[in-house]
Amino acid sequence: MARQRRVLKTIGFIVLLGLTAIFLYGGFAFLKNFGGSKLVATALAIVWGLGSVALLYFVLNRMAESLPRRARALAVPLVFAGPALLILTWFLVLPTLRTLWLSFFDETSMHFVGLRNYAFAFTNRIMLDAFRNNLLWVVFGTLACVGMGLVIAVLADRSRGEKVYKAIIFMPMAISFVGAGVIWMFMYSYKGVGSGIQQIGLLNAVVVALGGKPQAWLLLPVWNNFLLIAIMVWLQTGFAMVILSSAIKAIPGEMLEAARIDGATEFQIFFRIIIPAIQGSLVTVTTTIVIFSLKLFDIVRVMTGGNYGTNVIANEFYMEQFTYGQTGRASAIAIVLLVAVVPIMIYNLRQFAERRAFK
Amino acid sequence: MRKGLLALVAVAAFVATSALIYADPLADAYAGKFKGTTVTMNGPFTDNDAVKFNESVKAFEQATGINIQYEGSKEFEASISIRIDGGNPPDIVDFPQPGLLRNFVKAGKVIDLSKVLDMKKVRANYIQSWLDMGTMEGPKGPIMAGIWARVNVKGVVWYNKKAFDAAGYKVPTTWKELIALQNQIKNDGDTPWAIGIESGAATGWTATDWTEQMMLRTTSLQNYDRWVAGKLKFESPEVRKAIQMWSDIWFGKGNVYGGRQAIATTSFGDAPKVLFDHPPKAWLNDQGNFVTTFFPDGLQPGVDYDFFQLPEVSSRYGAPVEVGGDIYAMFNDRPEVRAVMQYFTSAESLKTWVQSGGALAPQKDAQLDWYTNPVDRRLGELLKDAKAVRFDGSDQMPGQVGAGSFWKEMTAYVAGTHTLDQALKNIDASWPK
Repeated sequence: MARQRRVLKTIGFIVLLGLTAIFLYGGFAFLKNFGGSKLVATALAIVWGLGSVALLYFVLNRMAESLPRRARALAVPLVFAGPALLILTWFLVLPTLRTLWLSFFDETSMHFVGLRNYAFAFTNRIMLDAFRNNLLWVVFGTLACVGMGLVIAVLADRSRGEKVYKAIIFMPMAISFVGAGVIWMFMYSYKGVGSGIQQIGLLNAVVVALGGKPQAWLLLPVWNNFLLIAIMVWLQTGFAMVILSSAIKAIPGEMLEAARIDGATEFQIFFRIIIPAIQGSLVTVTTTIVIFSLKLFDIVRVMTGGNYGTNVIANEFYMEQFTYGQTGRASAIAIVLLVAVVPIMIYNLRQFAERRAFK
Repeated sequence: MRKGLLALVAVAAFVATSALIYADPLADAYAGKFKGTTVTMNGPFTDNDAVKFNESVKAFEQATGINIQYEGSKEFEASISIRIDGGNPPDIVDFPQPGLLRNFVKAGKVIDLSKVLDMKKVRANYIQSWLDMGTMEGPKGPIMAGIWARVNVKGVVWYNKKAFDAAGYKVPTTWKELIALQNQIKNDGDTPWAIGIESGAATGWTATDWTEQMMLRTTSLQNYDRWVAGKLKFESPEVRKAIQMWSDIWFGKGNVYGGRQAIATTSFGDAPKVLFDHPPKAWLNDQGNFVTTFFPDGLQPGVDYDFFQLPEVSSRYGAPVEVGGDIYAMFNDRPEVRAVMQYFTSAESLKTWVQSGGALAPQKDAQLDWYTNPVDRRLGELLKDAKAVRFDGSDQMPGQVGAGSFWKEMTAYVAGTHTLDQALKNIDASWPK
């Protein structure tokens, strides 16, 4: 009797799965050939999109839950994480493997050339400049972001206008990088020297008001990198500040009170109590910003296009792939970037796991 | 009975094939057969250029009911590769550089126009040079890869005619006279040149134009062709001399409005605006004829502004005309796309653009009286009467150079980031082997 029920249940589930598949594919085919109004098509797409995912999860979940207990412990997590893992594999893992494969071929992707593209990535003059610049971004960008974020978080912590200050520092995060590029283009604008030429750039206006000569800021060797880093700091300090601020607030007040009663100065409290207590958050923020500055692209592309000695790795592999059509070289550069980022991510994840275990 | 059936089949086959051979998609379009269809186009026209393009095809769209959707992008060179390689190309693509089209033709992605267009009409409407420049090597042999639409003339110097004449300056006809004019303007306390090379990701192309113009004026046409094909190196004395001649002007004290540092930060479209200030802040701007689209509104061609050809350096080489242009290629074969391509081979498709100024039509059926302004008419005549015409060199070079190292190294040279030796060495090193 139980056996019959099980067989019926299995058949039922197979039918249900089949219906789900038909709904998924059928809806897609229908929308693809839909010739009516775009508004109706959009509404239908939303209903179909959300509905089919919900249906899929519902059916799979029911199937997993109806399994005997031991199988259930395995099946239910599989059902919930499975689709996401599949999508990640398709869009992330497979392309990464393919990029690795392509990095060993030439630009037509048909002739094997071994490590020639990697030799190019590490010896080509343009790439070496890009590596040097990325190093500047990582070191100075991260130091400035985290340092300023920490200082502001600590100073604002017990002050009166706390919410206002934090909001002001956090607001630039809402701006896209390209938008920030346009804004800062006007900050650094240089109109040339000559009679009757007015500078419209804010930085040049300040310099001239203080009695200096206007400069073509983005053309200055070495310094233009720091000016671009300033843009990233402006954008990302809010992120660092918010995370560190919440970590600081989590420090028990009694510890700080006790320290003050014992006669510790504010500096001693800062270095001996606050920093060790928020170590986990500090590491998270630092590694996030390091990874971010390694793969930075938009700011450099919009402001200088990689010219004047500001080129970065991400911009170079974009140009190699899309402007020069050098698929092999671009893939090699992308893999180099990936390899540079992986240790940082492993460190971050290990810290994360340790902290959970500590809790 | 069987013979009759055979005859019937033969006649049917003949009718069917003749219907295919004599099918005229353009006539069908005007008859309204493709009403409601869409033909997608991609290209680099943005801002003013995009407006003018849409105007020029409006009459056709209204007469046939076909919707031509033009998508312009400042990052065109990068984004078009993604679409074509990704298997989702637009129906027609407008390439400002034949070099880029050449890559796709080699990969076999472009439709051979000789098989889908009425070639008799096309051959009758273009002079041989344009047809030759549109023929490229495909995987199975040469194909007709594209047809030329808007073309432009480069190597022309624009000036504020009213102010020029009022100041008593004369149009120079030799290089010596040009330098004398330059010095005369400086002695009067003004700045002669307005130059800008900024252009987003394409920054530096104006410098490459000046290099090509000087090459045409200081060395033979054979050398120019060898240089474009990669056989004459950038480090050679001929190319060095050409670059040195323009950099003497650009870097000379007081020659350029805003000074040398402003050249790389001023966009090519903003640079000539100062010619028309009251009083003019600069007097000369060398640029392709499409720059008139960027002039301030309300100027009268021939009265407020005019041009002279960048003068010859020696009568031995003269002043060959440098041209550039947009070439349209077809990627998806459908009847309405064929109709639109056929339409683009007639000058009618450029008529309103020509009439509103800033475009020249290469087709033979373009009437000189369409050029409503005297400046464009003179440009049209310049094109027709040219003893020698050469296409913009950097547009013909492979992508890594023509849209890559040539632009970047010239920008670096102007901004002072690289010396001339470094720049030339880098460009030569980037040439694909």
